Amino acid sequence: MYHKEKSIQTKNSASALYNNLGVLRIAPRRLTYFAVVHANVVNMVSASWDGLDYSHRQLQSKEPNVATSTSLVTQAAFCVLPSRDLLVVTSQKGIQIYESDGSIMVYWHALETPDTPTDKAVFARGISAVWESYICVGVSSGSILVFDVPSKGSNITLSEVLEEHTESITDMASECSGSQECIADLVSADDGGNLCVWKSGEEFQLLNKIHGFDMSCSSVKLWKGTVVAGYGTGQIRLYEAVTGILHAEVNAHARWIYSLDIAPFSGLLLSAAEDSLVRVWHLNLTPESNSVEVAHLHNECVTDTQICGAKFCDSDGYAFAVTGYDLSEIIRYTQS
Amino acid sequence: MSVRTLPLVFINLGGEMIYILDQRLRASNTSDDNSEKVMNDIVGTMFSKAFIDELLKPQQLYSHRTLKTVLTRLAHASIMRLNPASMERLYELMVMAFKYQVFLCPRPKDLLLISYNHIDTIREFVKDTPVVVNQVDETHRKIIEVYSSLSEGEFQLLRQTLLIFFQDMHVRVSLFLKNQVQRPTGRFALSTSGPVPHGIEVPGLIRTCNSKGREVRRSEFPTGGSYSSPVREGCFELHGDRVTRLGRNMYTLSHPEETRTSKAPSVKTSDAPNLLAKEELNLLARLMGSMKAENKTKVEAGFQINLFTTDQEEEEAGDPSGAEDSMSGVINIQAMQDEQAATELARIAGQFTEQEEPENPYCNKGDDLLAMMDDL
Repeated sequence: MYHKEKSIQTKNSASALYNNLGVLRIAPRRLTYFAVVHANVVNMVSASWDGLDYSHRQLQSKEPNVATSTSLVTQAAFCVLPSRDLLVVTSQKGIQIYESDGSIMVYWHALETPDTPTDKAVFARGISAVWESYICVGVSSGSILVFDVPSKGSNITLSEVLEEHTESITDMASECSGSQECIADLVSADDGGNLCVWKSGEEFQLLNKIHGFDMSCSSVKLWKGTVVAGYGTGQIRLYEAVTGILHAEVNAHARWIYSLDIAPFSGLLLSAAEDSLVRVWHLNLTPESNSVEVAHLHNECVTDTQICGAKFCDSDGYAFAVTGYDLSEIIRYTQS
Repeated sequence: MSVRTLPLVFINLGGEMIYILDQRLRASNTSDDNSEKVMNDIVGTMFSKAFIDELLKPQQLYSHRTLKTVLTRLAHASIMRLNPASMERLYELMVMAFKYQVFLCPRPKDLLLISYNHIDTIREFVKDTPVVVNQVDETHRKIIEVYSSLSEGEFQLLRQTLLIFFQDMHVRVSLFLKNQVQRPTGRFALSTSGPVPHGIEVPGLIRTCNSKGREVRRSEFPTGGSYSSPVREGCFELHGDRVTRLGRNMYTLSHPEETRTSKAPSVKTSDAPNLLAKEELNLLARLMGSMKAENKTKVEAGFQINLFTTDQEEEEAGDPSGAEDSMSGVINIQAMQDEQAATELARIAGQFTEQEEPENPYCNKGDDLLAMMDDL
């Protein structure tokens, strides 16, 4: 179904972090941007579609002052808003927002760090663009910061802080089907496996809370009102977002899931885990019976590699890219 | 990221160090008295209340350089002496062993079982000295107390922090190559068959529910691997069967040449900055201060430990001008690599003993500490 293409070499290897691959397709310029985190640096590659041009750039995590040691980056993700595309980088010290090519940093938000070290780590993690003009970022305390983003310029402001989760945020996702009919706009996940479903607005509204089983939900997606969540148990669960009804459960992987992605036009689902396997599934929603069918389509094994990022490169799922811990390349696969 | 890494780092790296030293002591026919003394001194210092209490404070994991400094001081808490090149080799072995254990750790929580395997074996080494055994038991109890409340998510964060710390290290260890847990490229072998970790379902099942959330259908999919049911869970108490073999002493049955290392072909140079940030220097000061005073009687019973099989190799390794490293026991693909390995080793050995002045204006105590590091 898929075959391996030529990999893109990166300046350094990918770190073992959840959802460690960002992909942004720029159709007018026939380019795709990739972003991969390595310790305190984000490696960006711009790849032309004809496979001839590659340009690289590295972004550093912001160090507040020289007295402290380097700040590790936890995630780098592209946020697509109607008016603009941005790259958001979360780290131990705060949140950096760049223009999508990484050329200019347009905003910096410092996390509140206590004067004396607490027994819990402090960091930001979990990034999602939401609806018209919001970017939401999670924090290790469980808070979610909602930033209001103007259509251009750097006047980004913190609009709201959502305090619903009590455990570290792991991932967040917004409704990606493009449908205006969906009630839920955003889902957030935490280290306890708890999922919160939100409606965006001047004040975000909590629509539903789906309780976890004390097992981290490391990656989450929202498509046509269905939450797709990947867990440390290697399982994938599909829930109806607003009601929390379980649609399906898959014993998908033998180790911790690190990344999920959905191709919204085709309903293809990608799952990747520490067990070195990437799996492609198809989700079939039947609104009449309010059920979801999950069909397995394809497996790819990246030998001896704990996969940390996997994303489709286009909305149909024609191609996807994968990163692995200690690997200095972005591996690509295309439909045969 | 995680602020709880240091105790596990020192127990596991220190544990690996003790395994290797034990093997070298036996291989070089050191007297039982001397061996016991070395073990007791090192274990006693490592598990001293002051040191462990410092480690247990929530703090970041800093650089390899700081870790190396503290571990060298630990090794020198005994009457044994290691030259910088030997320490470098020892550090590589220790780190690669721990990286292997962390990489293959079935569940993040099993990092504790790996640590307990190290503690169990260390306890055996010092079993004839009740004072030291007590220290080990006390430490073990404290570890159980602190870590039993961590969630799986927090353990995974801890594991991820360790993996980032070990990133890009692909030193090939002849024992690992021989046992085929490491490939010639330096990467560890990851199997897609065998028992799944405890608490994980064997992959292959899709359960579909109706609109009420009730299961109505089951189907299977091909997993591309051959997984089986999990084995029983290891014991997290003070004593018990840990079940996992990770963290146990791999060097007991092997021959000395199996502690040989060589750098993998595409070795990445360390990106660690030469400066030590103020936070890191503070940690270093606290850790060094909390260890028992170094045994100053170097004149009497002190002896040099040989990490290599022949005197000639020991001489060459001790010579920082980079004589050729003979690695006949290790699988080498091209002769070129030996040259690279030798020059790389020499460069690192030289860096470790270099007199460096910190440019950081915030550190005035820094000068003393850096000088102290270089004297080791």
